[in-house]
Amino acid sequence: MTRGPTWFNITSLVLGFSFLYLPIVLLVIYSFNESRLVTVWGGFSTKWYASLLQNEQLLDAAWVTLRVAFVSASVATVFGTMAALVLVRSGRFFGRSLFSGMIFAPLVMPEVILGLSLLLLFVAMDQARGFWTVMLAHTTFAMCYVAVVVQSRLVGFDKSMEEAAEDLGCPPVKTFFLITLPIILPGVIAGWMLAFTLSLDDLVIASFTTGPGATTLPMKIYSQVRLGVTPEINAVCTILVVLVTIGVIAASIVTKRQQVQRERDERAAFGNEAS
Amino acid sequence: MEANTAPPKRRSLGSWALISAPYLWLLIFFLAPFLIVFKISLSEVAIAIPPYIPTFDLADGWQAFWDNLGALSLANYVWLTEDALYWKSYLSSVTIAAISTFLTLLIGYPIAYGMARSPRSIRPTLLMLVILPFWTSFLIRVYAWIGILKNEGLLNQLLLLLGVIDEPLVILNTNIAVYIGIVYSYLPFLVLPLYASLERLDGSLLEAAEDLGCPPWKAFWKITLPLSLPGVIAGCFLVFIPAVGEFVIPDLLGGSDTLMIGKTLWVEFFNNRDWPVSSAVAVILLMILVIPIVLFQNQQQKMSEADG
Repeated sequence: MTRGPTWFNITSLVLGFSFLYLPIVLLVIYSFNESRLVTVWGGFSTKWYASLLQNEQLLDAAWVTLRVAFVSASVATVFGTMAALVLVRSGRFFGRSLFSGMIFAPLVMPEVILGLSLLLLFVAMDQARGFWTVMLAHTTFAMCYVAVVVQSRLVGFDKSMEEAAEDLGCPPVKTFFLITLPIILPGVIAGWMLAFTLSLDDLVIASFTTGPGATTLPMKIYSQVRLGVTPEINAVCTILVVLVTIGVIAASIVTKRQQVQRERDERAAFGNEAS
Repeated sequence: MEANTAPPKRRSLGSWALISAPYLWLLIFFLAPFLIVFKISLSEVAIAIPPYIPTFDLADGWQAFWDNLGALSLANYVWLTEDALYWKSYLSSVTIAAISTFLTLLIGYPIAYGMARSPRSIRPTLLMLVILPFWTSFLIRVYAWIGILKNEGLLNQLLLLLGVIDEPLVILNTNIAVYIGIVYSYLPFLVLPLYASLERLDGSLLEAAEDLGCPPWKAFWKITLPLSLPGVIAGCFLVFIPAVGEFVIPDLLGGSDTLMIGKTLWVEFFNNRDWPVSSAVAVILLMILVIPIVLFQNQQQKMSEADG
């Protein structure tokens, strides 16, 4: 479908992207508002950022959130990658459809159900709630996202290199780390980042599964938002938006560069063969 | 995908470990919790820790286990049918989700279409632009709309300034704000699968139609739309299913008369501290969503088989 852009297409893209970006842009602009009233522009100021640094509760919450996100994204990436390998490579085994059902269902399952059910599990296990329970909950739903992302990378994967390694007597685990992992790495990294931001972002599941002393940043933001819109919250949100944007753009540049490099290597290898 | 399934050789210990680790994790942290929810939905609320009876403790022996089993009842489900709040919440959740899904499709289709029709060189950038808001916090994106939709918010200020309206429109804390919130938050979920199926569409079909004198709108209706249907269906499911159980959007943007089941469940759990009734609410919600979820999975399976 490559034909010249029509006015209709350009208009729909411009309107669509303004709709997607305008609210975030306005939020960022108003975080620099001098006035306490969010909707009245009182001049440029960075005082809300300064006052954030004084707000220890908020900083504590941010620290808890980052730790939860880091640990749960890392565990979820390991289990999610394993699950993706199982889905694509393991063929038939007992309970396969249950397995793939459990991978896909959390993607669309309402968060209130996931949160409630995990909380009731932790209560039934008599587990004290806090950092670890939030971490376990986040790992569980994030690993499904990782599995789907890595799976899409594995589906278009040329198996001949793995087979060659195995024919030459390379043990499966070594084959995975030397051949499979480097090739699916962009998918694994994307999965980790997705898991990290999902955990960073989650309000509902964390609210259900948390306990005293483990208030996450979204919970803090939520309780403040219920009291009203303030420039201080705009400032927190701006920082998060900027960090995530930088992360996503940096990651996409790195994967792009790797891909170009690998294609060049492959061409070079085939070129040598030919000559 | 069937083609690259492993030959029927004997599975090694390693591959059993590979299967069982994520399998066990999901059984413990995804499936088992649902069974517990179901069990507690049959229990009775009590002023205790945990706040329901009976609690099962295998240490009490078999007799106690059977007694407890006898104490389970469907009373909570009967209660759900008696109090109008619940079935009204279910009904209005499904309605709000359906209307929002339709609106998302209406807005998302032209975007996906425009992307698929744009020059190949800028497509990755456009794709990135759709994905980027999806990475930024859901809560933040919903919050951003409060400042826009408020009575003295930016939208009303702009409309008053332009002279379109004489007095501020009340949008925040109404269902309209909920629709806007859902459309905005879930738009990327619909655009991405739709774009994927539109991009794969064979352009020569449209050219053939044009050569044979078919007007563009008719070609769209007869060729583009039917061929993009898998993307439309996948996208609609991805919006509709989570939207039914949405909590944050109706809570922050909706009004006190916006009934959505996610909010009802939240209030039942956190404010009324009635764990058995909130479990029953969750079980019914799951039963409502099981059909779309299964349809969605079949669709996904079909699409991934077509790819493979």
